[in-house]
Amino acid sequence: MMITLTNLQKTYPSRGAGAPVQALSDIDLTVARGEIFGIIGRSGAGKSTLLRTINLLESPTSGSVQVDGVEITALSARELRDTRHSIGMIFQHFNLLSSRTVFDNVALPLELAGVDKATIRQTVEPLLDLVGLADKRDRYPAELSGGQKQRVGIARALASKPKVLLSDEATSALDPETTTQILHLLADINRRLGLTIVLITHEIGVIKEICHKVAVMEAGRIIEQGPVFDIFAHPSHPTTRSFIDPVINRGIPDGLRARLSPTPQPGSNPVLRITFTGEKATSPVISAISRKLNLDLNIWHGQIDEIQGAPFGTLVVEALGDATAVEAAISLLHVNHLGVEVLGHAVPANH
Amino acid sequence: MLSPQIIDLLIKALIDTLHMVAVSGAIGTLIGLPIGVALAVTGRGELLQNLLFNRIVGAVVNMTRSTPFIILVVAIIPFTRLIAGTSIGTGAAIVPLTVAAAPFIARIVENAIREVDRGLIEAAQAMGATPLQIVTKVLLPEALPAIVMGLTLSAVSLIGYSAMVGAVGGGGLGDLGIRYGYQRFLPEVMLAVVLVLIVLVQIVQSSGDWIARRVNKRHLKV
Repeated sequence: MMITLTNLQKTYPSRGAGAPVQALSDIDLTVARGEIFGIIGRSGAGKSTLLRTINLLESPTSGSVQVDGVEITALSARELRDTRHSIGMIFQHFNLLSSRTVFDNVALPLELAGVDKATIRQTVEPLLDLVGLADKRDRYPAELSGGQKQRVGIARALASKPKVLLSDEATSALDPETTTQILHLLADINRRLGLTIVLITHEIGVIKEICHKVAVMEAGRIIEQGPVFDIFAHPSHPTTRSFIDPVINRGIPDGLRARLSPTPQPGSNPVLRITFTGEKATSPVISAISRKLNLDLNIWHGQIDEIQGAPFGTLVVEALGDATAVEAAISLLHVNHLGVEVLGHAVPANH
Repeated sequence: MLSPQIIDLLIKALIDTLHMVAVSGAIGTLIGLPIGVALAVTGRGELLQNLLFNRIVGAVVNMTRSTPFIILVVAIIPFTRLIAGTSIGTGAAIVPLTVAAAPFIARIVENAIREVDRGLIEAAQAMGATPLQIVTKVLLPEALPAIVMGLTLSAVSLIGYSAMVGAVGGGGLGDLGIRYGYQRFLPEVMLAVVLVLIVLVQIVQSSGDWIARRVNKRHLKV
């Protein structure tokens, strides 16, 4: 594991009459080498604090922070500074020095580490090529667009050849097109350099686009975490669903929703949401159910998305049959490793 | 118009004034700059928070700054004698001017540094910068335009103060204006002194603005 956070707690002492603020509670999280790990949450959820415990810009009240096997909460100030050379960080507002050119901004971490001028040039110039800014080397940040500034930020973070890159809402100040370009750059760096990336965002699109794993945060806690595909396919927490629903259309049209009752009614039929993931999206389970169980499925709504390059489908069906047949259908779906969830019971339209 | 002797006196007085302002400004900066940095980085929630140090130094700075300059000049005469060997003349006037300039410059530097985006400090910390590196590589370069503007303001204030030390035998343009313009009632000398001061302040201000623009890379044309 590249990063292991164990039982992290962070409490800010009360200011004046207010109660102490519990910023992080019971955080357990591991990030594998070479992984892009996304942490999503609304503002105030604690994701920014969590990210900053990894390079100890925020020190946890208790708990353990291990980066590449080193317990960084136990380091002296000097050892911590050395460790920070191997953890790059990029920021929402770029945090470039306005008084330095592009080249000198990228050179800064090397200057701080006492690297000689010739080595600095040999390191910085390929990095400017990598981020596509070789022609801007003598420009100042004020002369660059937002996307270009973030490229400088990325080059600067990579200058000291880090093992880990921390990204603090790196695309949140950028327009959608630039966001996509920067995300592709990060994914490319992850692949080419095998760099472990931990990013925080409030945009689910960022998670969907480049992350391998995701943790969802709310009120200082991780409420759900796992591979992006699994979380998108089977979100278990309402907050997670509220993030995912806008990008993966798991919902059903309003006209049909009006006919749903949470409990069975006379003459009602159960409505199921079936989720197809991976290669299962192409196997003919639905027709098998109809044939084997003599159960008609009335399709209400269907959609296929792609998450991390794998197909992900949802199908909302009304099961026209008796309770036993429906039970059997649900277990058949489970046996085939499909997600199934009873959304409610459809009251007949003329009811 | 002005006699050649008066013009000679005017030139000598101008040189005296420049001498006093330049030396007290330079020493004042040497003392005020580190104090300003120290005040900025020891405040609450800052890089090297040290509230006791911050309060004590802040109080000393405030005491000096709240003393009217003309009273300060008189009050520190023993100190002036100790440093300059005399309490009269251009050399002696540099002592109270420096004592007044240093805390003024310290506050200006403190404010300029506090204006630096906190995100830059965080970024430097994340890169493993030492506190000293953060000051020299981040805070001072980023605050430089504001510091230059502040030093210009200090120089202009010092020109005004240097005219006041004329009242206690300090030499320079103020002294010339008081002795010739006022006491000998030569209004043309008084007018000439005022005009020279106006031009001097204009030149200092314009040069300061020009340098500040040169070092400010924040508002470049894209």
